[in-house]
Amino acid sequence: MTNSRLLPYLLVAPSVVFLGLLFVVPLVQTIVIAFTDQGGASLAHFRKMAGDLNFGLSLRNTFLLVAVVIPLQIGLALAMAVMLQKLEKGRDLVLWIWTIPLGVSDLAAGLVWLAILQDRGYLNSALFALGLIDGPTNWLSYENPTTLFIGIVLAEIWRATAIVLVILVAGFQLIPKEYNEAAEVFGATGWTRFRKITLPLLKPSLQSALILRTVLAFEVFAVVYALGGRNYPVLVGEAYTWMRDSQNDGVAAAYAILIMVISLAATLLYIRLLRTKPETQA
Amino acid sequence: MAGILIDRIRKTFGAATALSEISLEIADGEFLALLGPSGCGKTTLLRIIAGLETQTSGRVVIGDRDVSALPPKDRGLAMVFQNYAVFPHMTVFENVAFGLRMQKVDEATIKREVERAAALLHIEPYLERYPAKLSGGQRQRVAVARALAVRPAVLLMDEPLSNLDALLRLEMRSELKGVLQQSGTTTIYVTHDQTEAMGLADRIAVMHGGVIEQIGAPQMIYERPATKFVGGFVGSPPMNFIRMPVEAGRAALDGFAAHCPGSGRDILCGIRPEDMRLAPGGDGLAFRVMVAEPLGSTLLLTGKVQDQLIRVAARPDAGLKAGDTITLEPETRRIVWLDPETGRALGA
Repeated sequence: MTNSRLLPYLLVAPSVVFLGLLFVVPLVQTIVIAFTDQGGASLAHFRKMAGDLNFGLSLRNTFLLVAVVIPLQIGLALAMAVMLQKLEKGRDLVLWIWTIPLGVSDLAAGLVWLAILQDRGYLNSALFALGLIDGPTNWLSYENPTTLFIGIVLAEIWRATAIVLVILVAGFQLIPKEYNEAAEVFGATGWTRFRKITLPLLKPSLQSALILRTVLAFEVFAVVYALGGRNYPVLVGEAYTWMRDSQNDGVAAAYAILIMVISLAATLLYIRLLRTKPETQA
Repeated sequence: MAGILIDRIRKTFGAATALSEISLEIADGEFLALLGPSGCGKTTLLRIIAGLETQTSGRVVIGDRDVSALPPKDRGLAMVFQNYAVFPHMTVFENVAFGLRMQKVDEATIKREVERAAALLHIEPYLERYPAKLSGGQRQRVAVARALAVRPAVLLMDEPLSNLDALLRLEMRSELKGVLQQSGTTTIYVTHDQTEAMGLADRIAVMHGGVIEQIGAPQMIYERPATKFVGGFVGSPPMNFIRMPVEAGRAALDGFAAHCPGSGRDILCGIRPEDMRLAPGGDGLAFRVMVAEPLGSTLLLTGKVQDQLIRVAARPDAGLKAGDTITLEPETRRIVWLDPETGRALGA
């Protein structure tokens, strides 16, 4: 009796301890480091962070990247999921191929795109062979911020759209096909059915996908670093630089806290904006 | 309002034939039930009429329009689904209004028509609620109201009552009949429940293995089944089929004998359980009771005539029990004679 009641707690205990040690403890430590200076409570690290030349730029860059990449990924993933639903054969194979990038680490993904986009990369070779350029062109230098940005966006979309897709495909499968059939019989066109039936019923999945993707997008680092180094400063990149090059964990911790606050704010925003009343769910 | 013509509809899925050349005509305002066991093709036929499935060949004509190649939305029909398919993210009002909104009807008309349909189905108190807050029966009403709100020329219903409990089903059945008689909508109703089909329909088409076995008025189907399958499927308990030897145009078994059609050496005597009188001591079939089930209105006896299993519905006060042997006298004019090889009824 007692045993069977304790068993569930025993079974979850290892993961709770694991997360406690490796997540909660560092979190508390980070907060302590960020808010103390020379033994006392202080906002000195935050002042130093905000006063840094790259701070405003990295903040702007990170938000710009999120604002461009997330809508594109959601739109693409929705379109891909809809197309998947229409496939009668080979659906699993297509889904499998589409999700291959999920198995690639983000640094590796950055390196793949570096190989394509760098001055002697595949893209330039192809363009040169077609006679469109005269010689190596550096798309990723800081003199070409637009192409560098486009390169990063492309790499991010290639790397991380699949996770949105997987969540949405699962969401699609939860919607009984009769809803769409009923709408069809009652006169709704394909586009209307998508807007009035599919999208509202997909809202819980969209919410999960948005939260997951946005939080991860605010933490973007490896892809940016591989493609542009510090030519395109982002928040996590700055934290890394303060930590590693300047050996200043106080400012690095301040960056970490800032990123966490932004992620939490974004999550709360999504939870509020995409709230689904329980009685309106399928 | 419109009649429907189903013209040689065929449907195959790969090598499997779901429907083999179904032809059927439904009059304007008629209520037709498609009755059959699961897998007989009745739902496939309904979905082809709706346009949710494409026929392999053949035509569907509604009114005088050939709609065979039209998408569902252009066929001028409404449908009630087995699991209702009431949209969970819309209020009852919006659900009922859905078809009208798609037709871009003005707001005043929408309000009027929704209220009319809601009144027919007695769901006015729930118009502002979400479907999740409703019971199965209420959701069913919403689904029917949504269909009637568009005043469809044709109403298709796919097992609409099968998800309700027995009592509610009975209640909804009679109510549905009243509502549909009032609206005069041409209705095709798919069901596997023969009582539902009998109770609701003007005509029943009994389907089996992708073909229509028989089509006719409920009483006709019940009394004069065209095939052994129909006799066995319609009616509960099903019709008995007693094999009898034939000699010189007379079928005879035990002390029972009757004139019969056909020229075979054997014949099947189809007789309903309630069409056999208990005749103690008289001429007839010797029936050994194996099981007696008192069902309230009747006493259902299962037993054997020689070695053939049959069922008899006796009066509840017949006072019979397992082990008794009695004599049965089938009512000759209620007998349906069938060919034992083909299972088809023989003309009397």
